[in-house]
Amino acid sequence: MSVTVQTDVFDAGAALSAFSEGLPDAGGVVSFTGIARNDDGRTQMLELEAYLGFTEPWIEALVEEARARFNLSGAAVIHRVGPILPGEAIVFVATAAAHRRQAFEGADFLMDHLKSRAPFWKKEHGPDGARWIEPRQSDYQDLTRWTADQTPS
Amino acid sequence: MAHVLLFGSLRDLAGWREQIFEGVSDLNGLRSDIARLYPGLAEAISGPGVQVAVDKALVRGNSILSAGAEVAFLPPMSGG
Repeated sequence: MSVTVQTDVFDAGAALSAFSEGLPDAGGVVSFTGIARNDDGRTQMLELEAYLGFTEPWIEALVEEARARFNLSGAAVIHRVGPILPGEAIVFVATAAAHRRQAFEGADFLMDHLKSRAPFWKKEHGPDGARWIEPRQSDYQDLTRWTADQTPS
Repeated sequence: MAHVLLFGSLRDLAGWREQIFEGVSDLNGLRSDIARLYPGLAEAISGPGVQVAVDKALVRGNSILSAGAEVAFLPPMSGG
């Protein structure tokens, strides 16, 4: 299990290759890469802020929850902070499990929680200035998929 | 003495990211000092959804601050 919060641009392909090495118990690996959108020119830059020393343990606890819940044999999260340009990767999640559904669901669970609850503050810089972004209603709705009685079928 | 950190919109509102507050021993005392010096910020940090972390652990209500405690005011988190 590994969690990295960094300002540097990263190569998601290289991250996936590195993650996929040394997983003898895995029957499958799933990865997701979130990329900063341009939104037809409305977003010129994203600025992400984390509380270092607080944000990483929060993500580590989430990864541990996912590991236990989906029986993951491995999981990795890389999250950017600082200025992020359209087209750059913001977040990378990879999961490994003995069976594919666990790996898919583990990655999905991690992303839904990272997108809605994780301790980050996001500012969008566009042609009309900058504004702080809060999670969309759809992000919160995605979370309800993971409550006990609404596990995806 | 408390080391206060502001995040997100609170930082923009206050115009500073971190500041030392001398002579405070609990969170209520710190809030009073902030209200005296920065009334606008005091109102914002009392607003809905603003959480407080002392030494990187979330707290509710008042909290004793040890010497040099780090107090972070966290506006609603946006997710990544």
